[in-house]
Amino acid sequence: MSEQILLEMNHIRKEFPGVLALKDVSLQLRAGEVHALLGENGAGKSTLIKILGGIYSKDSGDIFIDGKEVSINSVLDAQKLGISVIHQELVLVPHMSVAENIYLGREPMKGTRFVDFRKMEEDAQKLLDSFELDIRSETKVSDLTIAQQQIVEIIKALSFNAKILVMDEPTSSLSDKDVDFLFDNIRKLKKAQVGIIYISHRMSELKQIADKITVIRDGEYIGTRDTEAATTDELIAMMVGRKLTNYYTRTFGNPTKKVLEVKNLTAGKLLKDVSFHLNSGEILGFAGLVGAGRSEVMRCIFGIDPFENGQILLDGEDVKISNPEEAMKKGIALVPESRKREALFLAQSVKYNITIKALGEFIRGIHVNNARENEITKKYVDVMAIKTPSYQQTVGNLSGGNQQKVVIGRWLATKPKILILDEPTRGVDVGAKAEIYSIMNDLVKDGVAIIMISSELPEVINMSDRVVVMSNGRITGCLPREGLTQEKIMYHATQFSTPDR
Amino acid sequence: MNNKTTNAAPKGRTLQLAHNPIVTFGKENLGILIGLLILCLLLSFLSPVFLSKNNILNVLRQVATNLYIACAMTMVIILGGIDLSVGSTIALSGVITGGFIAFEGLPLWVAVICGLLAGVVVGAFNGFLISKTTIPPFIVTLSTMNIARGASYVYTGGQPIRVMSDSFNFIGAGYVGDIPMPIIYLVIIVIISVLIMSKSKLGRHIYAVGGNPVAARFSGIKNSRVLFFAYLFSGIMSAIAGIVLASRMFSGQPTAGQGAEMDAIAAVVLGGTSMSGGVGKIGGTVIGALIIGVLSNGLNLLGINSFWQYIVKGVVILIAVYVDFLKKGKGK
Ligand SMILES: Nc1ncnc2c1ncn2[C@@H]1O[C@H](COP(=O)(O)OP(=O)(O)OP(=O)(O)O)[C@@H](O)[C@H]1O
Ligand SMILES: [Mg+2]
Repeated sequence: MSEQILLEMNHIRKEFPGVLALKDVSLQLRAGEVHALLGENGAGKSTLIKILGGIYSKDSGDIFIDGKEVSINSVLDAQKLGISVIHQELVLVPHMSVAENIYLGREPMKGTRFVDFRKMEEDAQKLLDSFELDIRSETKVSDLTIAQQQIVEIIKALSFNAKILVMDEPTSSLSDKDVDFLFDNIRKLKKAQVGIIYISHRMSELKQIADKITVIRDGEYIGTRDTEAATTDELIAMMVGRKLTNYYTRTFGNPTKKVLEVKNLTAGKLLKDVSFHLNSGEILGFAGLVGAGRSEVMRCIFGIDPFENGQILLDGEDVKISNPEEAMKKGIALVPESRKREALFLAQSVKYNITIKALGEFIRGIHVNNARENEITKKYVDVMAIKTPSYQQTVGNLSGGNQQKVVIGRWLATKPKILILDEPTRGVDVGAKAEIYSIMNDLVKDGVAIIMISSELPEVINMSDRVVVMSNGRITGCLPREGLTQEKIMYHATQFSTPDR
Repeated sequence: MNNKTTNAAPKGRTLQLAHNPIVTFGKENLGILIGLLILCLLLSFLSPVFLSKNNILNVLRQVATNLYIACAMTMVIILGGIDLSVGSTIALSGVITGGFIAFEGLPLWVAVICGLLAGVVVGAFNGFLISKTTIPPFIVTLSTMNIARGASYVYTGGQPIRVMSDSFNFIGAGYVGDIPMPIIYLVIIVIISVLIMSKSKLGRHIYAVGGNPVAARFSGIKNSRVLFFAYLFSGIMSAIAGIVLASRMFSGQPTAGQGAEMDAIAAVVLGGTSMSGGVGKIGGTVIGALIIGVLSNGLNLLGINSFWQYIVKGVVILIAVYVDFLKKGKGK
């Protein structure tokens, strides 16, 4: 890390209609430094980054690069200044190939008119190979898993040879192995004197990778700390404005009543002979590397994907579930892993999104009980602590973590008996995570059975009654709570050659 | 969580205003409402007859058939689709109703029901293909547009079928008190459409499927049922328009309804519905259709020839959509 200041953002202010996203935020980044940006959902992190990346324009404040004041009015401006951004939401074009995505807007040309596709694919392949990735450059992005897409996004950002690299929650859909891959590359970039701004809600990551941490709260600068000198408690206190006690709330009972049993589930190449059961009043953790088939199991149970062989028993009774509607009628709810793709109606309001599955409670024919609708909305906005200026706010304008809370709120509103959560705390800040854990605890106390897929091992270990571990489409272990360690889980998770990457 | 971050409850004045549907309607459609108002003001200065009761009823009568279809088209477009077959369905239902009276001598009500059934068949066929296959709605309805138009020509041999029956004529040209029949249907259809879109589960499901089909499926919505309904509704609305037009012209004409799909789409788009699906309102479409209707009426009153009218219509649509684009872009 050098003493030379690479980037300085001073007193940045940004207002959206009805929301003051940034009041006064400043940030200093040095060359060769990893500078973490920490704050609750909706604190304004992504907004700050989007201003730097030329997506939004600031209302006031100044930006200096290498001591010179700059004005950034477009993404192109930012790129010219050597700024490369990995945004929180994937921005790859799904119908285009990996190569086309990496070189979008700067395609290699044959002469002056035609894109040289051959060269583009070769270059992209070289790039992918240099990172030792098992991805073909001509593959369509929509055929990749979310983790692979995230990796491609990272490669794309790296390929700009930027001197300022910004990463907005790059690890939220990565497994530990991919995170290691990312961190290795970040360390290389540090050596090359690149300045890196890093956003994440995973405190353990910051300890590993960040040199400095700047905390913002409600659009205001709170302070900057050296990572080595700062304690997690101190950072959390800065972030939420008070001390947070009881991170994992869990009162363990003695659940024995089977509500769900899956026997010998087999689906194509993805799942082989998957069997497990779930008791009412328990949290069953599902661990494994990304791509191990955990989400696939849930999609089969929920009637989204078909399966060739196997049985699903609810309360001991063999059932056929051929679509999500039937699953819901049987009291199953699934909070899917990709909120934008599989869950949200971005153009609609918070109210609409929360109540869309509970319409039966307030609509009879053409009579809408507005009071009841607002009541339901209020209940889950409060329960999930969703930060929104009003219930009418378009969900697409909420911060990423708050969008996630809307999705969970929606499914809680259906009052399920079996709740399947696929990466429920992805992109959610510490305070809200603690809140979600305590809600899960309340639900199981009331006899709800919860399956929680998660790539965050601490959360799996602290919240689960039992943990099922999957590897390459198979179940490789069902571990009791007693004596559970990260090492044990990882041992089972890597039993078979890993399918991802 | 601490309470500071959950300033969620909308408070005070905004809350009251947000609940008043008329205020919301005004706010949402401010731009085109002003446009419509300016247009009316201008015309009332330029032409003395514009504000006469007769002329107003005349405009409404003309707007009516377009709006039956545009209401359904709004749903179809919110679903991210399009229905090009509506114009041909107008012709098909018109000639079938006319033909069944004139050629087959069937009682009026049977003929009308058969005309409506023609719309049901076209709509159901579109809906079935669009909801059960991955053929794009544009292609499906382009085909049925040709098929229905062809069928009308085949059935009539290309000639209009004249129906000289007062009771048939009453359907499209009659009055109840002072109010022309088509306007009565119009009010009923608009009310039904608004109720569906803003009050029923179906309406919310339409927004869901149009906004994010994958998420809709994950939410347990039967996407295919929703799609099927919209195209079926569109077929039925076209048939009603077809029967009303045939009755007004005393004849079922195989050339009827040409370009009707474009007028309906124009009304929908003017009304602020997004062609990419997920957002839109019937209220906007009503204003959109009124603008188109008032505009043609005004140009007629001013004696501007119909060739020029096309150009003016095209330009107005562009301006309106551009203004809308500017309005929405300013959040950035
Ligand atoms: N385009 C927009 N229109 C209106 N409001 C917006 C828009 N983008 C962001 N906001 C609001 O600005 C505030 C800050 O959002 P931002 O996305 O920067 O939060 P964040 O710190 O990145 O949170 P998260 O950790 O959840 O990603 C939020 O209240 C959000 O609702
Ligand atoms: Mg963010």
